[in-house]
Amino acid sequence: MDNAYVPFKEANAFYGNLYQFLTDLTIFGVSPIPDWLAYLIAGFLIVFSVINTVVIITTLGTWVERRLIARFQSRLGPNRWGPWGLLTPIADAVKLLSKEDTKPDGVDSWVFNLAPLMFIVPPILIFAVIPYSHNAYISNLNIGILFIIAVTTVPTVAMFMAGWGSGNRYSLFGAMRGVAQLVSYEVPMVLSIVGVLLFVGSLSMVDIVERQFVPFILVQPLGFFIFFIAISAEMNRSPFDIVEADSELVAGFHTEYSGMKWGTFQLAEFIAPFGAASIMTTLFLKGWEGPILPGPLWFFLKVGFVWFILLWIRATLPRLRVDQIMGLAWKFLFPLGLINLFVTAAEVLAWGDPTGSEIWLMAGINWTIAVVCLVISSHLVSAKLTTRNSVLENAGNN
Amino acid sequence: MYGLGIAKGLAVTFRNLFRKPFTVQYPEEAVPQAARFRGEEFGWFEERCTGCASCAKYCPLGIIKIVTHPGGSNMQEGQSYTVDTFDIDIGRCMFCGLCVEACPYDALFMGSGFERGQYVRDDLIIPIEELKSAERRLSTWYRPQLEGKNYHPHKDEPLSWEEVGRK
Repeated sequence: MDNAYVPFKEANAFYGNLYQFLTDLTIFGVSPIPDWLAYLIAGFLIVFSVINTVVIITTLGTWVERRLIARFQSRLGPNRWGPWGLLTPIADAVKLLSKEDTKPDGVDSWVFNLAPLMFIVPPILIFAVIPYSHNAYISNLNIGILFIIAVTTVPTVAMFMAGWGSGNRYSLFGAMRGVAQLVSYEVPMVLSIVGVLLFVGSLSMVDIVERQFVPFILVQPLGFFIFFIAISAEMNRSPFDIVEADSELVAGFHTEYSGMKWGTFQLAEFIAPFGAASIMTTLFLKGWEGPILPGPLWFFLKVGFVWFILLWIRATLPRLRVDQIMGLAWKFLFPLGLINLFVTAAEVLAWGDPTGSEIWLMAGINWTIAVVCLVISSHLVSAKLTTRNSVLENAGNN
Repeated sequence: MYGLGIAKGLAVTFRNLFRKPFTVQYPEEAVPQAARFRGEEFGWFEERCTGCASCAKYCPLGIIKIVTHPGGSNMQEGQSYTVDTFDIDIGRCMFCGLCVEACPYDALFMGSGFERGQYVRDDLIIPIEELKSAERRLSTWYRPQLEGKNYHPHKDEPLSWEEVGRK
């Protein structure tokens, strides 16, 4: 093996076996597939299977999500098509694909048509760097988590493209709200990730999992809390769905879309929670590692658990006001993120490579700090989170 | 503590997860209905009707159309009118039941159905033929003699004209 593809082969078991099989294939004594073609075919097959797995799981996920949210709200959910309504996603897809693709007057065609694509690619790209098990990932980027942060910022642009290109005021309102929200929540999200990175000392997702001495939720409770809220806000789902806000903005940035373009937006929004759950599993729950059960199973169990909690919150909480959302990001999560960063930095300075008892000491310190900070800052912020209270008080005084 | 409400809300929805849903699968199962429910599909007994047209006079909306000619016979009064036309336009009916209150011979009853949806307004008019032939599920509203028997339109057999009157 004297070619450039060897590192990839060693890094990824799926890919490596497929590549080996293709290059070793001989018909009548000659090997018909050159190295570069084997590299392309193996890579394409892996990527193809991962993307389709993600999309199929998401499609099933829409059904599970709708049924579960219905049960959370004491309803039944879709149960008409197929046993227990299992064919509902297929019915949805057929309906969306057969709908007319309308385009209103005055849209900016290029921007309007490109926005759904730009919206769905980033959530899928997340899965390129997520390690599903030992040696099972598409790519072990040495800047894995940075790649995810960079890629998840792109939907902000796509959202604004959709809002602007539609030539509709409600769409533009929704898009501008969305940009404000997403840009704000990037800050606490990244701050909470930095805490993890300080312990690990690497940006690679595989290293993050392998160097977790305990699941980081134990030593980074505040970081997990901030990351959880921030990533929920990044997904634009209830209680942070001011972007779509159907009672205020029709449907926000995708008001003017129909047919499969609209479906693409929806698919992206349903993929996002799986992506978020995967990131949280990798960063805070020790990824694929766990006792007894095999790696991929552990990974999917953890992702399912986090996904369920995201769903639970979506089913429960009503939508926040715009100023409340911005207040939550800047007045509540941002200071907490800074505190978490400083505390973690000090701990890394004190115990560079923590051993057994030091880990538990650290966990105790961090949980205490997390609870104290949450209580204090929630008391401080509860009156000041919104400008509305002060407005009302002033009105009363007058 | 600020934020405790969120935890309470989450607990409420989580309890719902293990509770039986309130949803009723309507075409397969229906909510049990009260016997006094004032529904569509009026019940009318030709044998009891004298053609006095009290119901048409008392109807606030004027949606009952009666055409009669002399020379019929009635079981209670003997000689009476013969009813040629008895149309009720339930498309404009508000189900106040004044026609049923007005009927001196207990010939008209409120029905108990609610599934008589139509695509065309004209189909909502109940003609005399349908009133004669329909299976009568009589509401016990304003009919104490039916309530006295504990009659239930959805559980009991349809009553004949002799059984429904005050005697």
